[in-house]
Amino acid sequence: MGLEEKAGNLGFVTTTLENVVNWSRTRAMWPLLSGLACCAIEMMAAQSAHYDMSRFGMELMRASPRQSDLLIVAGRVTNKMAPVLRRLYDQMPAPKWVLSMGDCASNGGVFNNYAIIQGVDEVLPVDVYVAGCPPRPEALIHGILVLYDKVQQEGITEWA
Amino acid sequence: MPIHYDVTSVTLDEIKNLVSDRAITGETMLLNMGPQHPSTHGVLRLLLELDGETIITCIPDIGFLHTGIEKSMEGKTYQQAEVLTDRMDYLNTVGNNLAYCLAVEKLVELDVPARAQAIRVILAELQRIASHLIWLATQALDLAAQSVFLYCFRERELILDIFELVSGQRMMTTFIRPGGLWRDVPEEFETAVRDFLGHFPKRIEMYEGLLTKNPLFVDRTKGIAVVSGEEAVRWGMTGPSLRGSGVDYDLRKVNPYSGYEQYDFDVPLGENGDVFSRYIIRIQEMRESIHIIQQAMDKLPSGPVRSENRKFVPPPRSELGTSMEALIHHFKLWTEGFDAPEGSVYVPVSSPRGELGCLLESDGGPKPYRAHWRTPSYANLQALPMMAEGHLVADLVAIIGSIDIVLGDIDR
Amino acid sequence: MGNNLQKAAEIIQEKYNGEINSFRDQITLLLSKDSIVEVCQILRDDFSFGVLVDETVVDYWRRKEPRFQIVYQLHSRQHDERIFLRTPVSDDDPFTSSVVSIYPNANWYEREIWDLFGIRFEGHPDLRRILLPKGYQGHPLRKDVPIKVEETRFTFNNDELARGKPLAKE
Repeated sequence: MGLEEKAGNLGFVTTTLENVVNWSRTRAMWPLLSGLACCAIEMMAAQSAHYDMSRFGMELMRASPRQSDLLIVAGRVTNKMAPVLRRLYDQMPAPKWVLSMGDCASNGGVFNNYAIIQGVDEVLPVDVYVAGCPPRPEALIHGILVLYDKVQQEGITEWA
Repeated sequence: MPIHYDVTSVTLDEIKNLVSDRAITGETMLLNMGPQHPSTHGVLRLLLELDGETIITCIPDIGFLHTGIEKSMEGKTYQQAEVLTDRMDYLNTVGNNLAYCLAVEKLVELDVPARAQAIRVILAELQRIASHLIWLATQALDLAAQSVFLYCFRERELILDIFELVSGQRMMTTFIRPGGLWRDVPEEFETAVRDFLGHFPKRIEMYEGLLTKNPLFVDRTKGIAVVSGEEAVRWGMTGPSLRGSGVDYDLRKVNPYSGYEQYDFDVPLGENGDVFSRYIIRIQEMRESIHIIQQAMDKLPSGPVRSENRKFVPPPRSELGTSMEALIHHFKLWTEGFDAPEGSVYVPVSSPRGELGCLLESDGGPKPYRAHWRTPSYANLQALPMMAEGHLVADLVAIIGSIDIVLGDIDR
Repeated sequence: MGNNLQKAAEIIQEKYNGEINSFRDQITLLLSKDSIVEVCQILRDDFSFGVLVDETVVDYWRRKEPRFQIVYQLHSRQHDERIFLRTPVSDDDPFTSSVVSIYPNANWYEREIWDLFGIRFEGHPDLRRILLPKGYQGHPLRKDVPIKVEETRFTFNNDELARGKPLAKE
């Protein structure tokens, strides 16, 4: 016995504001069009017709950080690129999320030398890690769906 | 602490002998392009000096993907180091493996069975098609032809499916090993490749139908960045970028490796040396690759795919249970690796971008003392300032696309 | 060994006191670093070695004296021949002459060598770091620089390693 029962026939849906906001965030998340290395090719494959990431609200990738919500770190992060990546992240408007794609971005992968940062989490707060070298497009899409689950559970005040 | 480098700023002082005097007085504009830019094909950074919209100077700044692969290879045995070669030029992974394995084979004088050589050629040519497809997709996308991108990636999936079939991995196959292949190809390989060969030529027609006579595409590519043959040779350009200028030089012809001399194919040559010629050449090269694969499939010999030289090549797994000797060889190879004789070798192969060379120097131990890669994109990109001079900024993306750079190949 | 290459190697050996080595059909000439520019000039003009394919360094730290050897690789398109030149460079104040005036594409190769090995090139027009960031200290491809820089992270040493990385803590 509540509002839902009474208003059911009238075509109303009741939910919390938090749910609506989080739902809309996950249904139109625009990733930043930024590829670093090998994984960028698989990211492009995920975007193309065969895997079609636009099924999950990622219709377009924006080349400008000002217009994007999700930074997919696709590839190894070098010492020279890390400040650039950090600046890109800082330029993105909140709410924003980071997905670390592939082994190199997550933990350095097969490289442990003077040039490669051992995981992009040294410079950025990462939400989801996707394993693989490179991950298949399906794996990337799975990672994005995991991120959506995470976004669904966020509080509305977290980004305020 | 890596983050403290301030890499984004370049002072005018540093580049004052590279730009014209007018830049110092502020008459012309200095503009930064990249490393985060959708049409620099990765993390290339360019400093442009512009007079209005015309490029006066273009100063590439590379190294945003410098991975230190040459250093890392020094710490691994010859078998382990091969894994790193995949990650270098990530659109030509099989070709990198091939160059590396040929270098190791030359260093230790290892024989390769005929079947392995033929399969290597098939895979390398499939990889060449896949690489050219990515190039076509991105070049067309840069010139605002979105649909070509979708079609090219559709066909590329078919090639990646073949790679996955033989090696279990889509991109980083490491299927070619010193002394042959990792294992024989499965039965379905032949039908998969034949299927692909059956309908891919029609798809090339389709791409050509979308672009070759498309006035929007032709206007933006014809007469742009004309490079004469002498200039191209002088700057050390190789591959389609060189052949687009009409210079007949293909390593598969002049210096055949892995049995390329058995196959009959043409080396397409461009006439004008502009962006359009380089486009036509790559399209033609895809057709020639189809010819090569067809011939290689038709006379694919049977037999072993790995050398019988147990000092360098591990024995088949089935022998481990019955032969003590095989077990010892296997154990030695996977724990210590093999010792290579002292000396240095250089092996060039024809990658989709040009001459990819591997220089291996051995000190007699199981690890390469020095591994150096002569990468085609590095040499081709060096000619970019010469090519871009005097063109509009909008044409720069077409020029960058036309030399088909891969940043992993440049920075290593 | 082709005729052209044979002749070139003999002349250079005689004139500049070079040392010819042959390994797996590759001809390498060991020269002193003072003569490299002249030799390149002769090879380009008289023997049609018109392309500098590659230029790199091998570091023989504690193995050989002098410590570095610069490897030049020249290619002749007419004869399809390759010749390797090696010039030793010593460890204290490593420098050599630049061949940019003869082969323009030596520019980036020499910048890369300066960047990764710290060998200066006299007469180079623009000797800046090319691959590594501007403020980087040292030359990492030298043999006295360790290959691995960081311990692998596990649960037991995670906190310890993370202490040095304050940036992603937000």
